[in-house]
Amino acid sequence: MTIELAELDHPAVEAPTPPDEESNRKRWWALGAALAVWVVVGTVLSGRNTQDLPNAELTGFQTWLTDLYGNLQDAKFNGDWFIKPAVWIGDSLDWIVTTLQHLFVSDPDRPLQVAQFGWAGVVALVVLIAYALSGARIAVLSLAVLLAIGYAGYWEAGIDTLIVTGVAVVICVLIGIPTAIWMSRSSAASAAITPVLDAMQTMPAFAYLAPLALLFGIGNSGAVVVTLIYALPPLVRITAHALGTVSPTTVEATASLGSTENQQTRKVRLPMSKRTIIVGLNQTIMAALSMATIAAFIAGPGLGQPIVRALNILNVGVAFVAGACVVLLAIMLDRATERAGIRAELAARSGGNENVRRIVLGVLGVAAVIALYLSHSQLRWSVFPESDFGAQVARRVNDWTDAFTGAVGDFTAWVNDTATTYLLNNLEDLLANSPWWLVAAAILTVAALLGGAGKGSFQRVVTGVALCSLAVLAAGYYAGSVPDINWVPYWTGVVVLLAVGGYLGAGEAFLPTAVCLTLIFGVGLWNDSMVTLSMTLFATLVVMIFGVTIGTWMGRSHRVDAAVRPFLDFLQTMPALVYLIPALALFPPGKFLAIAAAVLYASPVAIKIAADGIRSVSPTTVEAAQAIGSNRWQMISKVQLPMSKGSMVLAANQGLLFVLSMVVIGALVGGGSLGYLVISGFSQGQLYGKGLAAAIAITALGIMLDRITVHTAARYGRAETA
Amino acid sequence: MTAMVDDAGAVASTNGQSALTVNSLWKVFGPRADKIVGSPEADLSRAELLAKTGCTAAVRDVSFDVAPGEVFVVMGLSGSGKSTLVRCLTRLIEPTAGQITIDGEEVVGMSDTRLRELRRHHVSMVFQHFGLLPHRKVIDNVGYGLEVRGESKTDRRARAQEMVDLVGLSGNENAYPDQLSGGMQQRVGLARALAVNPSVLLFDEPFSALDPLIRRDMQNEVIRLHHEVGKTMVFITHDLAEALKLGDRILIMRDGALVQMGTPAEVVATPADDYVRDFVSEVPRSHVLTLAWVMRPPRPDEALTGPEMTPDTIVRDAARRVIDAADPVKVVDNGELLGVVDQDDILRVIVAEETPS
Amino acid sequence: MRVTKRRAGRVAALAAAASLALAACGGGDISDSAGGGSSSGPDCDTLNMAINPWVGYEASAYVVGQVAETQLNCTVNYKDLKEEVAWQGFATGEVDVVIENWGHPDLEKKYIDQQGVAVDVGSQGNEGIIGWYIPPWLAEAHPDIVDNWENLNKYASDFATAETQPKGQLLDGDPSYVTNDEALVENLNLDFQVVYAGSEAALIQAFRKAEENQEFLLGYFYEPQWFLSEVPLVKINLPPYTDGCDADAAKVACDYPPYPLNKVAATKFMDSGSPAANLVQNFTWTNDDQNSVAKAIADEGMAPEDAAQQWIDANQDTVDTWING
Repeated sequence: MTIELAELDHPAVEAPTPPDEESNRKRWWALGAALAVWVVVGTVLSGRNTQDLPNAELTGFQTWLTDLYGNLQDAKFNGDWFIKPAVWIGDSLDWIVTTLQHLFVSDPDRPLQVAQFGWAGVVALVVLIAYALSGARIAVLSLAVLLAIGYAGYWEAGIDTLIVTGVAVVICVLIGIPTAIWMSRSSAASAAITPVLDAMQTMPAFAYLAPLALLFGIGNSGAVVVTLIYALPPLVRITAHALGTVSPTTVEATASLGSTENQQTRKVRLPMSKRTIIVGLNQTIMAALSMATIAAFIAGPGLGQPIVRALNILNVGVAFVAGACVVLLAIMLDRATERAGIRAELAARSGGNENVRRIVLGVLGVAAVIALYLSHSQLRWSVFPESDFGAQVARRVNDWTDAFTGAVGDFTAWVNDTATTYLLNNLEDLLANSPWWLVAAAILTVAALLGGAGKGSFQRVVTGVALCSLAVLAAGYYAGSVPDINWVPYWTGVVVLLAVGGYLGAGEAFLPTAVCLTLIFGVGLWNDSMVTLSMTLFATLVVMIFGVTIGTWMGRSHRVDAAVRPFLDFLQTMPALVYLIPALALFPPGKFLAIAAAVLYASPVAIKIAADGIRSVSPTTVEAAQAIGSNRWQMISKVQLPMSKGSMVLAANQGLLFVLSMVVIGALVGGGSLGYLVISGFSQGQLYGKGLAAAIAITALGIMLDRITVHTAARYGRAETA
Repeated sequence: MTAMVDDAGAVASTNGQSALTVNSLWKVFGPRADKIVGSPEADLSRAELLAKTGCTAAVRDVSFDVAPGEVFVVMGLSGSGKSTLVRCLTRLIEPTAGQITIDGEEVVGMSDTRLRELRRHHVSMVFQHFGLLPHRKVIDNVGYGLEVRGESKTDRRARAQEMVDLVGLSGNENAYPDQLSGGMQQRVGLARALAVNPSVLLFDEPFSALDPLIRRDMQNEVIRLHHEVGKTMVFITHDLAEALKLGDRILIMRDGALVQMGTPAEVVATPADDYVRDFVSEVPRSHVLTLAWVMRPPRPDEALTGPEMTPDTIVRDAARRVIDAADPVKVVDNGELLGVVDQDDILRVIVAEETPS
Repeated sequence: MRVTKRRAGRVAALAAAASLALAACGGGDISDSAGGGSSSGPDCDTLNMAINPWVGYEASAYVVGQVAETQLNCTVNYKDLKEEVAWQGFATGEVDVVIENWGHPDLEKKYIDQQGVAVDVGSQGNEGIIGWYIPPWLAEAHPDIVDNWENLNKYASDFATAETQPKGQLLDGDPSYVTNDEALVENLNLDFQVVYAGSEAALIQAFRKAEENQEFLLGYFYEPQWFLSEVPLVKINLPPYTDGCDADAAKVACDYPPYPLNKVAATKFMDSGSPAANLVQNFTWTNDDQNSVAKAIADEGMAPEDAAQQWIDANQDTVDTWING
């Protein structure tokens, strides 16, 4: 009783009442009817009001963005006051990274430009740290990883990547933990910061790469900042969540003893969330590593450079070897933080092993000092021995890729043609070639019917109408030059839709969806967005097929799980560019290839969530079903899948977001639409505004799809995002 | 227990200074909750109020006094608002309306700093789910309250050790909470509350999560501690047996409102309504009622030669002697004859479970 | 100083030095008293060379860089940057030279005319050609496509893909280059649809496959480009370019203009009197020169330093004219 009444204070955390059978059935019928109307009307009116904008043309709003960037460039040139802090930050970051590089990578003031401490010193140091924080097994793993990177020929690039990742992650912690504390204390702060975090995670980096390089500098500093932006959100989110969900009894108990808010944070919430915060740190490190390739586009040091370069000359093998080094670093850092998290818990109470540990630490410490000294003064301990191991692997990979593509090329061409002709083209017709107002109405209907518990209050809808109208006004002011725009029906449409949605009892997803659609329309990229959306949906569908099948397979057997998981980890951390280029030999450049790439990238996370969902089905229920005599298929279809419905929707949610994050990369191999606009905006100054507009549209799509799926998942009783 | 009060209800007001006074306390959850108190809606039933305003009244217009050294039990089923009530006392939950006075100081409207002082020095609380810090040793958990009020490490270690010994956990001070059994964890919670040497101790269903046997031990422990340290205690429970065992007085709540307040015997003997009657129906009368409730004026034909007993003797304890005695037992207080009790009177209570009118 | 240079080449040199040192005295002590880095001399400080992301550019950049490093004792920093960001670097002082510039009138206007931070250092000797290309087998089998764009519609269905059917596919490419192809298709009334391959790599791979499998493919391409020495794509004839025919992007109906490729450098750098500035000023070579170096990098997988050095060794007399001219 304590809890249930105390909870009334925060109506937001109230679990939504599960929808009853009857209303569920009604919703599905309504959904079916809406789809039918969409298909029929869409077919009749195909090609009209599609808001198509040729690639070379810009709307007023987009030109305005371009000019804005031009003004920024002028401000930088004139040294305007508001540029100064950025310049100072950029210089400081550059100094930090450069100093570390002089210490561990290369110092131009030393003979042969060797580093102050060469490879032997670095290896000994890393092993020592790994042992101290994460134990013996991780120390051995680190040793193996570093030596492997060295033998592959990427010692210096590998250490550069470690340095940039490390500096970015340290800054993430310095910024992220206080931000998370603030968010956990103030719901206003939380409400204000969450959309910023959403944007940081979904906005394609290419859109802000150029301005970042302008403000903070090319190379080290730009690389750190771009890494920082993408890597910060997971840490903040997970930490804020952990701080907010510390056992309420303990919080109450310590409050009852007169703790101040600061004492609560320091002595109760932070220590009790340590494990989870380390999980957040782990996610942040992985995100930081995944930016290694992107940072290379503004001369960021590290493994991204050989990857991008190898791809310029279509050398898959070389790209693969450099990419594998990123994967190795990822494995090392992932396992190390995971172990460190477990150790942090045990450290305080370990007893017997402590002496052994101290001795080993001492020995490693002495070894590290000797190694550091040798690597400072002796060439052979300073410069990693040359090896053609990497080149050999690269050659093998090239040969193997050629053989493989030669063997299955016909089959993949058939898959490409069939899927494109029968599925993708139709889906694209429906979304991108129907009148925009029809599509908008359809999407809003889906959002209203699926995304929420159906408790739309009148006030909420009124606020929504007001907000949307404002957004439309602002967008309309700039988007005046979109061809074929008919403002009166548009206005009426928005208002009527919101009113109808509110009347029908639309749930929590309706409003964000309306705002996002308005934004997409407002930036003048409706048609491109719908093409991107159709690709995203198609890719997610395939991801979910994999997710449900492989996830179920893994969830039911620990052996399968153990066998498949490393492969999934590999796919998730290998820079996507690396497998995209060989894929060009299998599929012609085009949308299907972009989709295939997205599927490869997004499937692992969906599969993992689905597998966890299957596994977390109560063993008692499984036992009971077994006792009744269910066979394997009945167990899967009647017990395990229905009971993990929430997890499956969540898998779809993460799948969607991961697919969407590949839109830009996919455009490098023919994905076109928004992703292509983002890249060309980065590459061509006069298109900058259009690129940024496309990035905004991608962000809006992401947030929209996220809200719809999250609230759908919430209806099935699993509100949390991973 | 320390039956310092017999005259229910009038308790603290008679001696003028109470440890804790609560006056017309309200707690309403929901939108615009502060508008409910004093409006006509306040008289609606809980379900009607929720339907009409979206608000839930967890505590409705509750008043009581607790005397220094008294053990005051608040009892009710889950959802009756008792845990909310106890949280309002030190404003862990902010009350919607009403006054609370602790040690002569008004709690509602107190500044944050003053409130923190109150929590650090005057009132401490024991929780149903313990609320221990899993990352700290027992000794540091016990010393937490001293730590946050800024005492030096040596001082708080010494005091905490004392408390650990007091609750019978000697030797476990360096263990972590998850290495202890539930009963032992609650002893840590108890030691933590005692460590700050408060004048008032609040217990929120402290033993509900424990096994029956351990629960009995812990109840006895509380009785022992009460004898040793003599604190004022407010004890929340849903277990009537526990309430009767520990309480000097019992306050029974339903749907947030006070239903009855009185000594255990009063509650059992004269239930205020069917709700309470239902509650106490299973209680063996003889275990609760005192002779004061059973005695009657002597009949003219009776010989007043039987043994003498005091009116606060529990029926069960008196039974043997009453039955063995040839004549009715005289109930005497300060030399004054109040009434008599014979075998029939006793048997009616013990066997027939009747409550004398 | 920023050390963002690509280090592969230096490592190779260094390893060689190391093995020498090891052989010579058996120890390989690093003695700080030996003074500063061997490659930085007093008269040439640093040369910050932007590397735009295509191999032809890389070839030019590394030839100049290698000459500066080995013969002028400069410290050369190579920075992988797209054009827009590279030009931005002129203003911030992070980039000294863009060695191969394809047009970019907007950038020229901003950084040369308005801010004055960059100067045009003259022709680089190569001429850039942009246009629509088909694989050689197709040019041979159906020469009428090459001769006249009007014949394209005749083969539209052959050029169609699953994505564009029933229209033919025009594969557009690198997002870095200006393209008017959507407008061109419309204004020339072609039964085609533009598909954006999105990267040079994708374009090359597509052409490679089309030639191998004798498939129809029409795509946007350009020279100089090393790939043309592997698969000599054939440019088809669009309505010829005349001055101003591309003034209105939406109404374009003519071929792309030829781009005389020029060098652009930071004003400060050119005014510094560095011998490297002189080198950049005088550098000029031919499409064939560039293609040979680019092919060594792309096709033979040589490190760009090595490929550049190989060309320098074979053409020292040309190099001398750059240094001394």
